[in-house]
Amino acid sequence: MATKKFLYVNRKPPHGSIYALESLEVVLIGAAFEQDVSLAFVDDGVYQLLRKQDTSEIGSKNFSPTFRALGDYDVSKIYVERESLELRGLTKDDLMELTYEDEDDDWAEKDAIRIVDSEELGAIFEQQDVLLNF
Amino acid sequence: MSILHIINKSPYERNSLDTCLRLAQDGSGILLIEDGIYAARKNASAAEKLQSALEKHKIYALEPDLKARGIDAEHTIEGISLVDYDGFVTLATEYEKLQSWL
Repeated sequence: MATKKFLYVNRKPPHGSIYALESLEVVLIGAAFEQDVSLAFVDDGVYQLLRKQDTSEIGSKNFSPTFRALGDYDVSKIYVERESLELRGLTKDDLMELTYEDEDDDWAEKDAIRIVDSEELGAIFEQQDVLLNF
Repeated sequence: MSILHIINKSPYERNSLDTCLRLAQDGSGILLIEDGIYAARKNASAAEKLQSALEKHKIYALEPDLKARGIDAEHTIEGISLVDYDGFVTLATEYEKLQSWL
């Protein structure tokens, strides 16, 4: 099977609707089929990656720890738009640490999150074969 | 007391907070719940309008929704009162009317 480049574009906050959780499920399916998967977090989507989410009092599943599993599925490119963070008063330090092991570099543990500006992210969109929006 | 305005949408995705702030009369209350709580975060671009709204309104945010979204009390704008579910019910009884901006 030919490998295609898939970019999942996430623009919704995590717990007010089902989009964020559904996106993550589809990402994991795509990655299991050994496609070249990247994620982009834009607008309120950046809130999905905030640390210390605790949904115990709102009666819904806290899926945010599942993002840590992405590295095990060889998802090593998680793009976060700088402008979206800044508008919300957030920095990279507010986000969870997400890592992967680089097979081309003796399995060194590396940071999967890449903060990119709009122009860089726009160029990344152009490089994809398939764009999926959530 | 007058109206309690309830906001459940992110200020970065919908204009419900803006419309509420435009129409809400002095002395009415504003309660942020669900994705509405993102407006309560300090140092963000929406913080300024919340800050000036505090001069005319009592503003509340539902703490379980803040915790679910990873926003600590220390990250919320000073002057916003955090309430739990019991506090939500109490507010609903204290104000004469509720306006839920969807």
